[in-house]
Amino acid sequence: MAEFTLPANSKVRTGKTHVAAKGATRLRSFKIYRWNPDDGENPRTDTYEIDLDACGPMVLDALIKIKNEVDSTLTFRRSCREGICGSCAMNIDGTNTLACLKPIEEVKGAVQINPLPHMPVVKDLVPDLSQAYAQLRSIEPWLQADTPAPPDAERRQSREERAKLDGLWECILCFCCTTSCPSYWWNGDRYLGPAVLLAAARWINDSRDERTGDRLDALEDPFKLYRCHTIMNCTQTCPKGLNPAKAIAEIKQLLVERQG
Amino acid sequence: MTDIRDSLMVGRSSDGRLVRRPLSPHLQVYRPQITSVLSIVNRATGIALCAGALLLVCWLVAAASGEAAYAGVSAFMRSPIGLLLLFGWTVSLWYHFCGGLRHLAWDVGFGLDLPQVHRSGWAVVIATAALTVLTWIVAIVLM
Repeated sequence: MAEFTLPANSKVRTGKTHVAAKGATRLRSFKIYRWNPDDGENPRTDTYEIDLDACGPMVLDALIKIKNEVDSTLTFRRSCREGICGSCAMNIDGTNTLACLKPIEEVKGAVQINPLPHMPVVKDLVPDLSQAYAQLRSIEPWLQADTPAPPDAERRQSREERAKLDGLWECILCFCCTTSCPSYWWNGDRYLGPAVLLAAARWINDSRDERTGDRLDALEDPFKLYRCHTIMNCTQTCPKGLNPAKAIAEIKQLLVERQG
Repeated sequence: MTDIRDSLMVGRSSDGRLVRRPLSPHLQVYRPQITSVLSIVNRATGIALCAGALLLVCWLVAAASGEAAYAGVSAFMRSPIGLLLLFGWTVSLWYHFCGGLRHLAWDVGFGLDLPQVHRSGWAVVIATAALTVLTWIVAIVLM
């Protein structure tokens, strides 16, 4: 059910301000969501002043600088720092993206950083993605076929068959799209969300997969698929430039087409 | 939130105590997008149209009940409040109509790429304004 306000324990308070050291030449404030499971307090927003002349260009560079030099308790996920692992997905300046791909210069004024929206918070900028991962598992995202592969060769595809997977296979499962979707905020218990439906489309469109019918059967459900109301926040926010809304629309079309 | 996601709202502190996790901010922090704003307006205008349909029914029932009843409703419709409601209803009607055509196109697979989504979104806004103004010009000329 839709609850538009935050629960009492989730309301964000104003936190500490860490002023930059003297001699800083180009100051920028970073307002970062903090929550610590050990102190029994509500979440708060801490402000960190950073000298951009002594910092890399991306938001992730600033986060790493803060953790290294100002406040080692700041907690966030990161790994590849080049937009392929999907770890540093967070809400920056009001939209979801990867901190490693977001230039600080793109943000005007103070840089607001929050965890991915409408998720349980493990600590600071780290959301619990268990639900999204369980939903991904539910669509069985692997190749399923009764026909055995040729004994000494791979399963072949034509160029056209392979091209149908473009725009689907590139998803890195950062869940920026899923957590930008108001429909997922309100109905994420049963609605699978854009990232998982894009993954479903990737296997539905795979010429080598022989479970297309079963996959479509599993999605023919008022909640799993049809809570998508084509709001399009998913496509708007995808840091990889993919189009989950289009993939979902195509699944809906396939479901209609097979009714004949 | 009382659904299966509630189980994920429980975590542990470093010393193993159960703690209630916060829900990360959503509507409070997500910047309005042209995509989500046009979508929620489409829904709001749909609800407004339901209310407007009641107004239409009142008008028809009054017309069927006789001259006195019709004169009353008609006077209300011509009052500033009545005109404001009618204006809101025409805006809602045209927005929901144009937005509906956009959704229809999406449902058959057209216009789902992001630049097209932005263009058709602005087209809906402009068409709503133009059609509403046109409706009122026609209404005022005929009145």
